[in-house]
Amino acid sequence: MNKMRFAWNEFNKAPLTAKIGLLIIVVYVFVAIFAPLIAPFGESEIVGRKYLPWSNEFLLGTDNLGRDMFTRIVYGARNTVGIALITTLLAFSLGGIFGIFAAVMGGWTELVLSRVVDILMAIPSLIFSMLLLTIFGTSVISLILIIGVLDSTRVYRLARATSLNIVVMDYIDVARLRGEKIGWIIINEILPNISAPLVAEFGIRFCFVFLTISSLSFLGLGIQPPTADWGGMVRDTADLITFDDYTPLIPAAAIAILTIGVNFVVDWFLQKTSGLKDEL
Amino acid sequence: MSSESDPLLLEISDLQVEGFSEDQWHEIVKGVDLTLKRGEVLGLIGESGAGKSTIGMAAMGYAKPGCRIKGGSIKFNGIELTTASEEEKRKLRGSRIAYVAQSAAASFNPAHKIINQFSETVIHHGLGNRKQAYADAKELYRRLKMPEPDQIGFRYPHQVSGGQLQRAMTAMALSCRPDLIIFDEPTTALDVTTQIEVLVTIRDIVRQYNTAAIYISHDLAIVAQMADRIKVLRYGDSVEESATRDMLSNPRENYTKTLWAVRTFKKTVKPPDPQPAALVKVDDITATYPGASLPVLSNVSLEIQRGETVAIVGESGSGKSTLAKVITGLLPQDKGQILYEGVGLSSKYRDRSSYHLQKIQMIYQMADTAMNPRHRVRDILGRPLKFFLNLRGNEKEKRLRELMEMIELDPDKFLDRLPSELSGGEKQRVCIARAIAAQPSFIICDEVTSALDQLVAEGILRLLDRLQQELNLGYMFITHDIATVNAIADKVVVMLQGQVVDQGAKDEVFAPPQHEYTKLLLTSVPEMDPEWMDRVLAERAAKGGMKAAGY
Amino acid sequence: MSNILRILFQRLALGLFTLFIVSLIIFMGITLLPGDAAEAMLGQSATPDTVAALRVQLGLDLPPHTRYFNWLLGALQGDFGTSVGSGQQISSLIGTRFANTLFLAIFAATIAVPLALILGILAALYRSSVYDRVVNVVTLASISMPEFFISYILILFVSVKAGWLPSLANVQTGVPFLVRLEMTLLPALALTLMSVAHMMRMTRASIINLLANPYIEMATLKGIKKARIITHHALPNAWAPIVNVIVLNLAYLIVGVVVVEVVFVYPGLGQLLVDSVQRRDLPVVQAACLIFAATYILLNLFADIISIVTNPRLLNPK
Repeated sequence: MNKMRFAWNEFNKAPLTAKIGLLIIVVYVFVAIFAPLIAPFGESEIVGRKYLPWSNEFLLGTDNLGRDMFTRIVYGARNTVGIALITTLLAFSLGGIFGIFAAVMGGWTELVLSRVVDILMAIPSLIFSMLLLTIFGTSVISLILIIGVLDSTRVYRLARATSLNIVVMDYIDVARLRGEKIGWIIINEILPNISAPLVAEFGIRFCFVFLTISSLSFLGLGIQPPTADWGGMVRDTADLITFDDYTPLIPAAAIAILTIGVNFVVDWFLQKTSGLKDEL
Repeated sequence: MSSESDPLLLEISDLQVEGFSEDQWHEIVKGVDLTLKRGEVLGLIGESGAGKSTIGMAAMGYAKPGCRIKGGSIKFNGIELTTASEEEKRKLRGSRIAYVAQSAAASFNPAHKIINQFSETVIHHGLGNRKQAYADAKELYRRLKMPEPDQIGFRYPHQVSGGQLQRAMTAMALSCRPDLIIFDEPTTALDVTTQIEVLVTIRDIVRQYNTAAIYISHDLAIVAQMADRIKVLRYGDSVEESATRDMLSNPRENYTKTLWAVRTFKKTVKPPDPQPAALVKVDDITATYPGASLPVLSNVSLEIQRGETVAIVGESGSGKSTLAKVITGLLPQDKGQILYEGVGLSSKYRDRSSYHLQKIQMIYQMADTAMNPRHRVRDILGRPLKFFLNLRGNEKEKRLRELMEMIELDPDKFLDRLPSELSGGEKQRVCIARAIAAQPSFIICDEVTSALDQLVAEGILRLLDRLQQELNLGYMFITHDIATVNAIADKVVVMLQGQVVDQGAKDEVFAPPQHEYTKLLLTSVPEMDPEWMDRVLAERAAKGGMKAAGY
Repeated sequence: MSNILRILFQRLALGLFTLFIVSLIIFMGITLLPGDAAEAMLGQSATPDTVAALRVQLGLDLPPHTRYFNWLLGALQGDFGTSVGSGQQISSLIGTRFANTLFLAIFAATIAVPLALILGILAALYRSSVYDRVVNVVTLASISMPEFFISYILILFVSVKAGWLPSLANVQTGVPFLVRLEMTLLPALALTLMSVAHMMRMTRASIINLLANPYIEMATLKGIKKARIITHHALPNAWAPIVNVIVLNLAYLIVGVVVVEVVFVYPGLGQLLVDSVQRRDLPVVQAACLIFAATYILLNLFADIISIVTNPRLLNPK
């Protein structure tokens, strides 16, 4: 109860941008969970002629194959956001675990891991993922694995850097000199102290992964049809733009709005946890 | 220069300064009055958070980013700085009022030569051209007794030592011959043997040019050398103010009296054990940091017995903290051995037995970084109880309470607090309790009182002394502070550049000091006597100068 | 000076080594394809004869290390082999397209870099002002948008509705410079909008960091004018962070250019890469990836070198 009230107070004090961001996230999550109940048609069901205009029956018209745009936008929330979320979780677990481990172990372990990460980061990630997608094919699984691994390098850097700040603290020496095991030190001494930057990083990484996957899908290399996906939907309906039609902008806006929402929340969180250092 | 008829150079009344943190404004300075005559030196003294630096900066009409001058009046030379325009204040700063910061290394711009940062002020305020400024800089460098005064200015800040940089900054402050200089802890970052030399040159040059100064320090003994008058501050408020001699001989307020506190405590020195048996023996240790070519410790040997305190004394870079790392096994030695009760310990802590890890404990200088900020006192003390002694449930709770009683903190009040909810002294007490929880027989105390205010530090020393008597502990007490050594040590080991230069019972080493370096170290420690600096200088001059000895 | 030369040499060697490893990864990745590149490329239509022929054409009958060094030596001389899809020399295919991509990226950078630096420095100097807050929200929003969103909005409003600029940028070789500028202005604007937000946020952060240094406060307390503090005290120490920001964003432009090229049908290297990936034209993918990666690595190396040669501590050793 106390915590609820605390959260509510914090929310009330939050800037307008953060409130908007939270609202956006809540709406997206709601749509993703209840997609089948909200959508009027089936995900890849052909319901009419292609490129039908906006109407009462087809709220946002139909796409290049005659599928209902509104339905696919709703399912897109599930697919695009879901895949991006799983990928971020993968990137996070990989990068986080290796990053903290490298910081605690130091020496050769850290050197080797950091060199590998340097090399992986020396190739622009969109280019690298295109290369890897060529090699491993464009299935959802390979998409998740490729983007997850490539993006984990950034999480690794952050996790290592923040952990290094903690590892030099005397209380880590105290634990080591007591004879504590590495795992105990990581869980009890390090994790509680780096959780704030990691949570913020999770939001930032999610945005990045989400945009990368959308870009790849837009290029035809990401989530493959007939799965409804926002990036791919922009590609499918792109031709309409030259006929002064807003339709292709709708899925693109769906991507942009969620990213903006998450970024607003992250920005607020960063300002809160950095103790307003930046403001002074 | 001081031809004005107004005898008061600076008049601050009811000064209030606020700082912004955690979404609101907090008072830092709460209505302080202050006056300064031309050519007079005022000492501002107080503990951390007393607001002394803030007042010093306010005297220039300046507040740090995130702070603001909320009320009161600051009159410099008849000009009201609280209402003066930025441009008016800018013209005064550097030319009429100058500032000398604590960290010279950070306050010099790394991209410019020292002498150009000197001449910049002169040229910018239109008081001379580059050639004149250079000539004047060299003259001031000479008067400040800097080596190679004609060349040293053409170096970059990182190419010059801390002591020399601090003099160069004093020269820079004098470049426009200001009426007032603010010295903000100018020697705090320096070693004690360097400090006295910088102090002397600062005092002399301020007198030569008859410049008024505000000298800010937390160390009363230093202020006593520099100031004509002393003002004591606490929590942003004025405590008392009087002429230096009166303040020293007859402090009125209790708080002022406590600033001497550490010097009154003196433990009873135990008679030497007739059959000495070493608890911990450091045998001919040489150690090198990974990647470094030169050893930080060379051939260090010493012994600590049960119930005895051995103080390790030395300046920064002497290797005294490194010695602690070698004993605990954090830094494996190249050569030599650490023995505990006659048993050789492995050089790496990972290979040591749980028994040895338990018996050797350590207390750190910064209690803040020695405790996980996310753990409650209960967990901090509970973990060693469970880990070493396998205590659980009621047994553990009982022991936790006993430990809290030992360190004189109320268990009901403190057990569930986070470190951030403790004061500096309370934190250090919890750290002591954590060491005691392991039931050790040997504790390394690394500068445990250096970060604490005087009165609190004395409480910690008394506590450590009592625990030693009750539990028969051996202490290795690392410190740079001679007063602390005098208070607590049985034996003294003096270290210099990784080597032991002098060791023995405290009285053998200190009274009177035999070794040249020990002598230099001891005589460099400021004493609570306005004559101290002159006396030391006279003694050193009589002996043909200490520098000749090569330190 | 020997110290700085040693560090420069180390960085250079590390950069080249990274490039070498990256080329190895690009090459190995393709070699490690399950089965064989020739089969993979031919897919359904593979017969033993055509596969064998393609293998010889690709040099797949040689041992891997020989193939790698042949490929690398060729690449160093500008010879990337032939495209499987079109049978053209890859070098001739890539040459003009890479030039086009560089043209677009440089065009965008010429607008974006000065704009971002000025806006970022202003935001840092007037921190917590209304301007700073607005800029924070606007840039945060614009870095959140996918490249194609910004591109299509520009097309819809600037080109389709207003009719000011052409929506497609399919420049041919030989078009006059001014026509080329007009045709590429819209994609360049799209790239600018995306990178300015990133770049100015980074500029703002690094300038704020710089201004927090005690020597800046010291300059204020010496009565130095604000303008001079910026030019004489902050700027000499700002080169490294600023160059870093610029280079990171040029590198970012290179990646962003892929999507923008596809949207505007701009005949650049990015579009070629996307097409080749879809057609599984492996030699072309290899070549394009290598060129992108090399550009990226060299840019970062350049930033490293600038930060070393502008560091007074390294320039004037003890």
